[in-house]
Order: sequence, then structure tokens, then C-alpha cells
Amino acid sequence: MAVIEDTVERKSDAVRANRDAMAERVADLKVRVARAAEGGGAAAQARHAARGKLPPRERVRLLLDRGTPFLELSQLAANGLYDDQVPAAGLVTGVGRIAGRECMVVANDATVKGGTYYPMTVKKHLRAQEIAAKAELPCVYLVDSGGANLPNQDEVFPDRDHFGRIFFNQANLSARGIPQVAVVMGSCTAGGAYVPAMADQSIMVREQATIFLGGPPLVKAATGEVVTAEDLGGADLHTRTSGVADLLAEDDAHALGLARRVIGGLNRVKPHGPEVRAPRPPRLDPDDLYGLVPVDPKKPIDIRQIIARIVDGSEFDAFKPLYGQTLVCGFAHIWGYPVGIVANDGILFSESALKGAHFVELCAQRGIPLLFLQNITGFMVGRKYEAGGIAKDGAKLVTAVACAAVPKITVIVGNSFGAGNYGMCGRAYDPDFLFLWPNARISVMGGDQAANVLAQVKREQVEARGGVFSAEEEEALKAPIRAKFEAEGHAYHSTARLWDDGVIDPADTRLVVALSLSAALNAPPRETRFGVFRM
Amino acid sequence: MRPIRTLLVANRGEIAVRVMATARRMGIRTVAVFSDADATALHVRSADLAVRIGPAPARESYLDAAAILDAARCTGADAIHPGYGFLSENADFAEAVDAAGLVFVGPPAAAIRAMGSKSAAKALMETAGVPLVPGYHGEDQDDRRLAEAADAVGYPVLIKASAGGGGKGMKVVTAPADFPAALASARREAAGAFGDDRVLVERYLTRPRHIEVQVFADRHGDAIHLFERDCSVQRRHQKVIEEAPAPGLSADRRAAMGAAAVAAAKAVGYVGAGTVEFIAEGDGFWFMEMNTRLQVEHPVTEAITGQDLVEWQIRVARGEPLPLGQDDLTIRGHAVEARLYAEDPARGFLPQTGRLDLLSFPEGVRVDTGVAAGDAVSHHYDPMIAKLIAHGPTRADALAALARALDRTVVAGLPTNRALLARILRHPAFADARHDTGFIEREADGLLAPEPPPSADEAALAALALLAHAAARQPAAAADPWSPFATAGPFTPNLPAVETVTLAAGDVSLAVRVETDGGRRTVSVDGAEPRAAHARLEGERLDARLGDLRVSARAIVQDDAVHLTLGDRQIAFRVADPHAGAHAGAEADHRLVAPMPGAVIAVSVSAGERVEKGAALVVVEAMKMEHVVRAPHAGVVARIDVAVGDVVAEGTELVVLDEAA
Repeated sequence: MAVIEDTVERKSDAVRANRDAMAERVADLKVRVARAAEGGGAAAQARHAARGKLPPRERVRLLLDRGTPFLELSQLAANGLYDDQVPAAGLVTGVGRIAGRECMVVANDATVKGGTYYPMTVKKHLRAQEIAAKAELPCVYLVDSGGANLPNQDEVFPDRDHFGRIFFNQANLSARGIPQVAVVMGSCTAGGAYVPAMADQSIMVREQATIFLGGPPLVKAATGEVVTAEDLGGADLHTRTSGVADLLAEDDAHALGLARRVIGGLNRVKPHGPEVRAPRPPRLDPDDLYGLVPVDPKKPIDIRQIIARIVDGSEFDAFKPLYGQTLVCGFAHIWGYPVGIVANDGILFSESALKGAHFVELCAQRGIPLLFLQNITGFMVGRKYEAGGIAKDGAKLVTAVACAAVPKITVIVGNSFGAGNYGMCGRAYDPDFLFLWPNARISVMGGDQAANVLAQVKREQVEARGGVFSAEEEEALKAPIRAKFEAEGHAYHSTARLWDDGVIDPADTRLVVALSLSAALNAPPRETRFGVFRM
Repeated sequence: MRPIRTLLVANRGEIAVRVMATARRMGIRTVAVFSDADATALHVRSADLAVRIGPAPARESYLDAAAILDAARCTGADAIHPGYGFLSENADFAEAVDAAGLVFVGPPAAAIRAMGSKSAAKALMETAGVPLVPGYHGEDQDDRRLAEAADAVGYPVLIKASAGGGGKGMKVVTAPADFPAALASARREAAGAFGDDRVLVERYLTRPRHIEVQVFADRHGDAIHLFERDCSVQRRHQKVIEEAPAPGLSADRRAAMGAAAVAAAKAVGYVGAGTVEFIAEGDGFWFMEMNTRLQVEHPVTEAITGQDLVEWQIRVARGEPLPLGQDDLTIRGHAVEARLYAEDPARGFLPQTGRLDLLSFPEGVRVDTGVAAGDAVSHHYDPMIAKLIAHGPTRADALAALARALDRTVVAGLPTNRALLARILRHPAFADARHDTGFIEREADGLLAPEPPPSADEAALAALALLAHAAARQPAAAADPWSPFATAGPFTPNLPAVETVTLAAGDVSLAVRVETDGGRRTVSVDGAEPRAAHARLEGERLDARLGDLRVSARAIVQDDAVHLTLGDRQIAFRVADPHAGAHAGAEADHRLVAPMPGAVIAVSVSAGERVEKGAALVVVEAMKMEHVVRAPHAGVVARIDVAVGDVVAEGTELVVLDEAA
């Protein structure tokens, strides 16, 4: 095993500046996440508590095994959207351990707009189910929601990946033997009523939970019948009379205990995956990670130094270290799990792409999960490279990545531009999990590049008409483009829209990747079939 | 010489285990006998062979001489060791053993008989020149004769059962007016306990010490003593702490008491181990009784003499001469023993029975016990859990070592006198040997004071231990044993991971909130300012940091309890079930309704009747099947709304049952 050599100059001004800049980004991230975790704010929380209800994260904590991690996802969903009124999209999702089994937990936050589903809420819920489907994780839904958000109904109701898809997924997950358990802890109205109704087993909290297709106001409007919420769809009614729910709980804590009993009785064992070994911490200090990201995103990142601070024992067996050196490939372990790491160390050339395709094939054949560490500005351009067939070589990498049926985890540690994003298992390539560092930038190309390309096109148009494209005009054209790319390429912009599964503190990378691998490995190994590689 | 190849131990508990340990060391096969209550007891597990001798009550098992002799026959035992208690001082049993051709590891029946009656023994001692407490030991049991004897002895006086021991039938009378009632009561107790209502009257000493001399005699006419033991710390006439040698005893008086004890043994033709008990006050000492068996507290003598008294017993029983002569014996250091009982000192030393969830003793002291964790303390037998014996160069050393050992002894599941024992050992009056047999009663306020309630720090430590234990004990999936979901501990990306633990001890309940944020952890108790905390749990050793405090403690974590030992303090915290519903018995259905339409064919209760949980209340016949409606909980029938013959619809309320008061 080759231990990566420590080359970090901790005392250099550059590293110090890097560290300070990253510390500032992480502090900002944590402030934003903490704010989002407050849900609908103090008043809404007080109202929630007055009803004897626990906040959603406390519910999740009580559901999970004591002292175990919760891999919470997309904590900044809907950040900056809907006038910033729907923190975390009003939904807590993540993977945690219940009675010794890893499960997907989806918990409404009723303090946020009554737990109603905004477009990003739907997307977050569906993403959780997508992860559960791929990783075969039992799902526990902690339901406390008024259903679809009516003012946004055209963006949450009609389309394929809208509200109805939640129940479609429940049916199909259940059909695949992936348990669906609902705990109704508040209202569960209209379409939402199908979450417990579609569940394999459901639990309701006495005098707190309600399930009905139409609430008392709708009933009154429709038929004139006057009925209380409790009589119309309370826990007593549904566990004694209608059979819509199965178990009656006294309160939130009791309900969560019952859910733990249900999960404990699932008779599911984690399948055998790759050969695991006892985890060892990295030999090089993960505290150095902050100093490894240059303040200027145009400066390169020494990706091996990052790998050294994520993998067990800082040990990394490089694959083809002398060939296609702008793509670092190699074998390592993270928390005892074998991983094949594909990491950028410059732009992609034909050789790098060929090497990457070869390496991904190896991992797929051996059943070794893949970790992509993205810091990519794209494939090399130019006559020589086009003539050399870089497009077909890039395609080989994209084919290999798209088809490899091993768990794939992507972490964007720097830039993620253009086709590089595809070859490095961007969102469109269905990585099991995708996380961003706070400095990550995602766009079709860099802001400067885009501004230059558009300026060049404009210049050609102007000059073709015989005009002159002045430096001032050029700058006036470029500035807003740069600004737009700057804003839209930001990690917060991405994570608000569920283009990823969350922004993480670089210091947590090893654990987050390990948790992701553990979650993904709940699905039995799958056979890979590659598409045609263009030769 | 009579060889002993197989020794049956006609006893149970720690003494059976202890006797078998020596026998095993001497190459002797061991046989245990057991009652149904002891089928898996430690003494059974310690023996080479074990034989059931009857049901749990001692009368039908450990006191059943015939059953024990049968057991000896069928196992080929050639000797029987009676231990203490049960049949150990039963002359008929000793005779029966002898008649069966077996060796009785104890004195001859005649010696047992001679010492068995207190009054006869005293008369015998008087002739042997052994000092006696002024008193009346006559056969004339006339009320007036006894009252006159009391007057002659001088009040206060003590009325004791002639046949007795263990405090039964014993009454202190301070004034003549109280004598007749006390006499009647003493007779009643004596008759009940021993089947013999004869009593004796003695002067009652106000600050007496209980000092006893260990004697040993062989079949060749030799008798020696192995010095004395002071057993003055007693509660309700039961020894609690015993030590050897007796503090403050001069060499002259030791020699005098030893000589008196040897004289007593010789007077009855004694063989084997025996104890001559004296009562001492000032410079005087007076014969009380002789116990013709091994005493519970023999280990303190073993400690200071370096001898194994059970080995001596077996050698003497085989017919060997005493292993050592009087001049070969010297006192080395000081030894003290504490008897750990399952009892509640705060509630009149009420014996406690039940399962020992935890039982753990420290290294460095001798522990004689007949139980292990998971065993039960049965109401059928003595509730003693163990004897702890410390030996040190000086009395102060031995006391300190034993107190420390008690601090580190953990018993969970049952209340014990552990804290009381440690308090006695640290009490200045006891340390200065200013105590007497009335010590515990006199100092009860301090000795039995309730423990202070748990502090916030203690709750915080217990919570940290619980979380560390939970993190270390997550069940591992076979296919993925090191999954970070099992091994990484609390974590949530970008947010502190919060764990709340509610711990209760006694009437106090404390909520501990532990926040983990990367490597940083804070703990806050009942909403107080959070403090930085760090904890490492290695086995049971907890090394923790709480703010500026560094603590090394012992924490034993169970499913629903944390047992914390901090210096001389122990706190047994119960961990509140975080998933307990707001109301107990939440799942129970309290409405008693007809399960389906049918006819009532029986009503088994009437209004006002008390019923147990599960009792049949009403039977409804439907679809050719009888459906019994049962009480979901104990309670009182408030109302019955149906009668036999009624046809009821599904859901009709049949009975209203109130909760038991």
C-alpha cells in the first residue's frame, strides 16, 4: 500500500488564507443550516409544542437508535426560494439506523406552512424515495402535512414527478419488498391521506393525528355535514372502525417506539456486499482539508492531498499513475469499505478519459463502489484533440460511468463544468449520493468562459455588419453573464433546487461518504452491462 | 484414621461453596445437595456431583436428615460437612451420620447436646471454672422463681430461650413491672422457634462487647484456641461486622479468655471447630454459649492465623492430630469481615428477595459468596449475599481496605446494606473501637440517613456513559460489521447531534441533553448552562471531563439502568424509556364490548365485584362459538349492562370495569 506523502505547507500564507476562506464558508453553511432547522420559527414551534407535538428532528432522533448518525439530506432545499419562507422545503429526510437497520426517514415539518408540499418539498420527498428504491432502504414516513400547497398546485400536482408520484413510489417500493411504514403525527389530508393508506403498516397518534380525504371545511362545503376533525378521521376511528391505520399511539414518543418495533420485526438482513475490513482513520490530518482549496477557484487543487485525508490510513493504490495523469484513479478504503476513486487533477484529455473508462470497468467487474471527486473544468478543446477523437474517448468514460452498476458517490470539491460533470458522474448519471463542498461551482462552463464565448459570438455578429465592438461594450455584455453564472453556479443555488443531496463541511467528507456507502450497500450487488463503447 | 474421599456438604450458599473449595484443593470429591429453589445455584455448580433433596422450604430439604443421608449413600460419600445453620448443631443428625457409617465433620453428638441447652451448658461451664454472667439457668421455670432470679441478678435483665440463638425469644427487661409480659413473650417466641419454651435470666449489660474465641480440638484429647473475634457490631442481635483480633484486648485477657474457651471445649469432650462466645464489658468477660460448628465469621480467624479452618476440620475428622500446637500460632495483622445482605436498612432491615441483576466484587479482598449475577435471593433462606473480608497490617488498614472494597462492590436489582456497612467502617466510634453491641441502634440516625439525591454532575456522567455504551454496543450486521451507522456515534451533517436521556434515582428525575458537534460535545442537565464534556468508557471504567472537572468513575450500563460508582458513592440510575407513552397501558382496550353479534350465555361476575386481570366476565355465543370477554386489567366491576339470554349487537358495551384502586 502506498501512503500518500504529505506535501501541505501548513504555515504558508496561501494555505492559511485558504483555511480562513473555507472556515468562513463552513461557518456560513452552518448558520444557514441551523436557521433552516428552526423550521417555521419560534411562534410556529410554540404552537406545535402546545399541541403535544415534537419538532421533526426530535421525532427523527427518537425514531433512530440512540447514539447513531443521521445522514440528513438536502438541508438547504428551497433555500432562497418562495421568499425564503419554506426552510428545508418543510421536510426532513435522511438515512438512519432503526432497530439496527438502515432506513430512509421522511418527516414533515408542520411548523413550515403546515407541512404543505411546495415544488421543492415534492422533489425532496421523491429524491428520498429514489434513494430508498435504489438502496432498498425501508421507508418510515412521519406524516404531519396539510397536503399539496394550493397556491402552487400547478407545480406540485399534475406532472409525472409531482405529488402523485409519492404514492406511485410507495406502491412500487412495497411491490419490491421495500417496507413502507407511516406514522401519522398530525394532519394527513387529501392526497396526503394516501401516505398512511398506501403504507404496509401505519401508526396514528391519539387525538393528534387525522387522516381524511376531505377535511371538515370541505365536507361542510360539499355536503353540509358538520363534523369534527377527530370524528371525521381521528386515530380512534381509523384504528378501530375504518382500519385505515393499524396501531394506536398515545403520543409522539410512543408512536415512534411502535414504529421501531415494526422496523425491528421486518426480518431483513443487510446483504453481503464488497469485502470490508476494520476502519482506520487517515494518517494525514483531516484538519488540513480547509487549507487545500485555493481561495481563487481558477487555481488547481492537489487532489491527492484531499484523497490522503479521506481514505483509511491515507493509503492509495494508484491505477496507471504515469498515464493520463490529469485523472487520478486508484483503490483505497473508506471506513473499511473498498472504493475506486476517480478524481480530477486537471482537464480531461483522451488518455485521462480512456484511463477513467478502464478503471470504472475494473471497479464494476469487481463490485467495488466508486467515489468521484470532481474538480473539472472540462475536456480539452482544440483541433489536435478533436482530431485525436477526444469526443469518442470522453464518450467511453461517460458510457462506463453511466452503466457501472456499483454504488457511486460523487463529491464536488471544486468546479463542475460542462461535459466533465457528465464524465465525473454528475447528477444526471444517478450517483447514489451527490454532495458539494461549500466552494463547489456547477455550470455548463465557467462564468468567464461563458462571457468570453458570448462576447466572441457578439463580436463576430457586430463585425460582420461592419460595426465595432468596443472594449466597453464587451465588458457591459460580459459582466451580467459572469454575475449570472456566479450566482447560479453557487453551491447554495444548486442545493436549493435539489441538484445534489446536500452541502457538507469538508471535514465531514470521510464520514458522509462512508455513511452513503453503507446506505447504498443495503441493495444486493447488481450485474453491470455496458453500452457500446465507440472505439 | 478414616479416609475422606467424597465429601457431601449438607448446606447451601456461600458456606457450601467455601467448604467445597477446600475439599477440592485437598483432592476430595464434592457432593452438593439442593432444593428445588437451588437447582442452578452456585453451590450446585461448584460441586462435582449434586443431588436434589426436596422442595424449596428448608424443612423439606436442607433440614431433611433422611434425604441428605440418602444423597450421601447414592453418591458414595464417606463424610458429611454440615456447614453452619440447618443441621449443623443437630445432635440427632450427627448421630445418624455416624450410624450410617459416615464421618460427621463436626463434634460428637454428645458435645452438641451438652452445649445445645443454654442452661445446661452454663451449669457445665460453671463447674469447669468458666466465668458466667450473673443469672439464673435453673430447671425450675415457675414465673415467680424467674422473677425472683431477675431481682437477684439486678435490672436490667435479659430473658433468653434456653434452647435458642439468633436473637429469637430474647427480651430485655428494664423494670420489674415489665417482667411478666416480657417473660410470656419470650416463652411464646421460644416455643415457636425451638419447640421449647424454657428460658433463662441474666444480667443485661449496657455497653457489652461480643467477643468469641475460636477453639479446635482433635480426637486425641488436644484442644487449642485460634484467638478471638470481636463481633460487637450487631443489629437486632445479628452480627454485621466481625474482626480479629478484638481491638483493645490485652495479651493477659486474651490468654485468660483462650484458656477459658479451651476449658469449655475440654469440659464437653469437644472435637473439631467450635466457638466459645463471651460477653465482655470493662475488664470482665462471661461465657454466653458455645457454637458447635464453623462460624460464619471464621474467615477473619483464617486471615490472621494463615490457616484454613475447613482443612483443619477435615483433618480432625479423619482422625489426624491438630495441624499446629498453641505455641505455633501467632496473630498476623488485623482482619475484618462485613456481611452483605439483601435487606433494606431504611425499612427496619426488611429482607429483600429477587433477582441480582448485577453482582460484582472488587479484587484485593476475600469474597465468600453463594450467588452470582443473575441468581435470585430466595425468601426461603437467609438473604446474605456475600461476606467480604479484608486483611491488613493494622486495624485501620483493614477497615479502610474493607470500606473501599464495599465502595467498589456493585449489587443491582435488590436493596442491600452495602452503604450502611461502609458507613460503619468509616464511623469514628467504630474506628476508635468505642463501639459495643448497641452501636447501630444508637447511631442509627447517621448510619441509616438516606443518601443525598443524585447531582447534576452524576446524572451527566451516567448519560455520557450510557451514550458511550450505546455507541459501542450497536448490533453489527454480519455483512457489514463496521458500518458507520453502527460505529460512528452521534452525527448529523452541519448540525449538532442531540441526544436526550432522562435518568431517575429515587424520587429524582433529571433530563440530560448531550450535543455532539464533530469532536466537541456539551452536556446540559435540566436546562442548565451546557458544559463541555468528553467521556471514554472502557469496559466499566469511565474517564470523563465535565467542564473543568476530571472524573474517573465506574459505570455499569444495562438496558434500562446505569450504575455509577464515584469514590464512596454509588447511584443506581434508571433510564426512562424514551418511548413510553404519556399514559401507561396505552394499548389496552378499556371498553368491554361484544366482539360480534350474539347471545349472552353467561355472566360470571356481579356489580361491585373485584376481578383480577384476565378474569372471564361475560360469555357471548355467536356463530356456534363461545367468545369470552375478559378483564383487561384488575379492577372493580362498576356496572353490567347485560343478562343471560340477551342478544347483543357487535360493539354493545357489556361491562364497565373501573381501574383497580
